[in-house]
Amino acid sequence: MIGPQSRVRLAAKARLQRDRVTGKQFLLYPERGLELSDSAARIVAACAAERAVAAIVDELTAASGEPRERIESEVLSFLGALDDRGLLVVT
Amino acid sequence: MTVSGETPRPYTLVAELTYRCPLACGYCSNPLELARHADELDTAAWREVFAGAAALGALQANLTGGEPLVRQDLTELVAAAHAQQLYVNLITSGIPADRARLAQLAAAGLDSVQLSVQDVDPRGAAWIAGRDDLDAKLQVAAAVRELGLPLTLNVVIHRGNIARVPEFIALAERIGAERLELANTQYLGWALANRDALLPAHADIEQARTVAAAAADRLRGKIEILFVRPDYYADRPRACMDGWARRYIVVTPDGLVLPCHQATSIQGLSFESVRARPLAAIWSDSPALRAYRGDAWMPAPCRTCDERHADFGGCRCQAFALVGDAGATDPACALAPTHVIVRDARARADQADVPTTAAAPPAIRLRRMRTTA
Repeated sequence: MIGPQSRVRLAAKARLQRDRVTGKQFLLYPERGLELSDSAARIVAACAAERAVAAIVDELTAASGEPRERIESEVLSFLGALDDRGLLVVT
Repeated sequence: MTVSGETPRPYTLVAELTYRCPLACGYCSNPLELARHADELDTAAWREVFAGAAALGALQANLTGGEPLVRQDLTELVAAAHAQQLYVNLITSGIPADRARLAQLAAAGLDSVQLSVQDVDPRGAAWIAGRDDLDAKLQVAAAVRELGLPLTLNVVIHRGNIARVPEFIALAERIGAERLELANTQYLGWALANRDALLPAHADIEQARTVAAAAADRLRGKIEILFVRPDYYADRPRACMDGWARRYIVVTPDGLVLPCHQATSIQGLSFESVRARPLAAIWSDSPALRAYRGDAWMPAPCRTCDERHADFGGCRCQAFALVGDAGATDPACALAPTHVIVRDARARADQADVPTTAAAPPAIRLRRMRTTA
């Protein structure tokens, strides 16, 4: 279970790549890919190096100007989905 | 959406680099007429295929075969696909490979390895593949992990090995695989020729499925476990290739552009080669690729079925193989007028004895390069 105190980074097998057709960000991993919304892409980009989840939430809150609670729940739910797919290293 | 004029975007290129293979699996997805495709594309031609697929929107390149490792230029091919920003997956039996070769491939930009294991029982492996290579495969798996590449373990499931699903799960854990595909045989081509020896009984499928589901829960986030149920037991057809010529481009060793591995088995369709026309042109307007794109071709009951955009009417190759008409509803669907064909095969499977490693397992027809149908 990922919480605000968890430290996360993107697994080595996952690659963030800009799509040449749509300009959207894709997260590519073995034989699969996820098309990312803009907010999902920002979360993934924030996980490039190992970070505390709380720090990611702080950064995205500052950038978006939206309520911290909302950003935190969005980040935790999206990171949980990545973790279920084995795309995160959680410590 | 009813589309026949609009060209869909492919996401995955399946590059069948060669049909040569040291193994002789009796469920091989290569065509029965292997020798017809022996004139392989060279390095430069594949480089163009990778560029063409990437320009169409492909993000993944699955380098497969036959056995892609028998291509002497595999490192160059990996580099060429990587240069197009494709996520490069090597689909391999691991034979013949060593650590040095795998290190070269990793350095060239290989992103992931899918390693097939036919069986953990040497007699079972020899029965289905004509040989047993488990020790060599374990060394390949170890080398892949040492190089830091993600590893998928693929096991094609049939009645000869379905009892060992728990052992395949244990193997995936032991070798550090991040994904385990327990892929039931699809009964086309070689596998259809061997169907009565390979199709498991219903109870065995359900037991294996239960074991796989429990393991998937236990290992969530560590190992992704996929259990692909055979469509013979599903009552609805599988969404074959996510629709005909929609998300996947398959290119054969000799350059034919197909919607799936098996499509050359359909008589009356003429597939075009990248030797004659650019990939993008073939993808958008080749009559064979347009034949079953969208839903305009669909017969009843597919035409008005609520699920037609979920399963795309199933598998055209299976319809051709079992019914003789590639435009028929896939007989795997319980709503198909020809479903009795599949029900009969299931009934035979339920009555047959499990062969596996019995003293006298049933004879099967092994895939051989020089064999013609």
